[in-house]
Amino acid sequence: MAALRTGQPDDPTVSTVGIRVNDEMSELTVDNRTSLLDALREHLGLTGAKKGCDHGQCGACTVLIDGRRANSCLQLAVMVDGQDVTTIEGLGAAEDLHPVQRAFLDRDAYQCGYCTPGQICSAVGAIAEAGAGWPSAVTPADSLGIEGTAGLDASEVRERMSGNLCRCAAYVNIVPAVLDAAREVSA
Amino acid sequence: MIPSAFDYHAPTSLDEALTLLAQGGDDAKILAGGQSLIPVMRLRLAGPELLIDLGRIDGLRGIEDDGDAVRIGAMTPHHDIASSALLGEHAALLCAAARTVADPQVRHRGTFGGALVHADPAGDMPAPALVLGAEFVIAGAGGIRTVSATDFFEGLFTTAVGEDEILTHVRIPKHTGWGARYEKFTRVAQQWSIVAVAATVRAEGSAIAEARVGLTNMGSVPIRAESVEAALAGCALEEAAIARACASAAEGTDPPTDTNGDADYRRHLATVLATRAVLSAAGG
Repeated sequence: MAALRTGQPDDPTVSTVGIRVNDEMSELTVDNRTSLLDALREHLGLTGAKKGCDHGQCGACTVLIDGRRANSCLQLAVMVDGQDVTTIEGLGAAEDLHPVQRAFLDRDAYQCGYCTPGQICSAVGAIAEAGAGWPSAVTPADSLGIEGTAGLDASEVRERMSGNLCRCAAYVNIVPAVLDAAREVSA
Repeated sequence: MIPSAFDYHAPTSLDEALTLLAQGGDDAKILAGGQSLIPVMRLRLAGPELLIDLGRIDGLRGIEDDGDAVRIGAMTPHHDIASSALLGEHAALLCAAARTVADPQVRHRGTFGGALVHADPAGDMPAPALVLGAEFVIAGAGGIRTVSATDFFEGLFTTAVGEDEILTHVRIPKHTGWGARYEKFTRVAQQWSIVAVAATVRAEGSAIAEARVGLTNMGSVPIRAESVEAALAGCALEEAAIARACASAAEGTDPPTDTNGDADYRRHLATVLATRAVLSAAGG
């Protein structure tokens, strides 16, 4: 499926890439410098992922690439040619919310909302990782992982969501929202 | 800031990558996961004219049993190392350190080999690789060569990998059954280590038989605290005895002074963190 054509006849610094975004194949011709975040926002009109720091520190641009969460500002569009990208727009719709979106609403897990799309994409990734039993930095060192999403507690959620900053400090409601969603997803 | 313009190539074989690298010369740069290189390019501290992305070379990814060692592809993401059962059994120190690198988003894209070749003195993977006696497999036009951990880290952001070479794999000699702890000191979750101590310990009965202790960000390269290792051999599994053995952790180091703390503060941290790391690695 990869459509990558690096270098154009008149300009070697431009490439054509094929990226599947929210289950829809898109072919884009971009300057090689274009980040995945800018490709989503400026080329595809998907403005859900936010540009907070553009340096991989705030997590507001978090998307899922082949199911794994990543900062879209730290990917070049050319690097993800042929890969699957899921953004907040692909998780759910207003009339059909993803369980994590529902939990953020129910728990009032945001204030200004700027970091929220990244928080939600990151939480979807975090819940999947926990479901697969993957460990975190606060999982006991002699343990190779956790017992699925049931092994999540507030401390595990805080660590696993540490790549997403909220300058309003809505963390106190984000943590229970993620725990609620984890229970629902695994139920 | 937007990086300066560059050509981009995504070879599907190592040979192709080496050829591109040779053609590109000084203007070419290898792109692994990009989690350090892309920010550096955006700050225009690096301005390569050609990026060679290793992401499509399948043979550079994965963790395999290799007899007396575990063989890790240079393009293996930190997350895969953190959650590897094979490494958990034979090189638990690597798993422990990989769990602390940056944050989960970065750990999915950032790679083991990329972090080692970047050789940031505050990076978390070099010290564990050093103390586990890692062997670095490096490919170049002349073929493959292997470099030992003691010769790999040459200085600030500098390793034995030449400008026309690519790190392909790292062999980690098995330390089966050794306890491990990476004790990282930061003020906030995603921060680079102010100081960190990597410890792995083989206990026998109520004493430490062997210990390996490495220091992160106590100089321009990762450092093995050899006097601590010597003092720990045969040391009783008691906090006071371990603390005495770890008192010399900062000996011979040259830690930086910056806004996070001065050199003396870091020397103090090294002894405190070494004690905690060894105690935890020994199961205390």
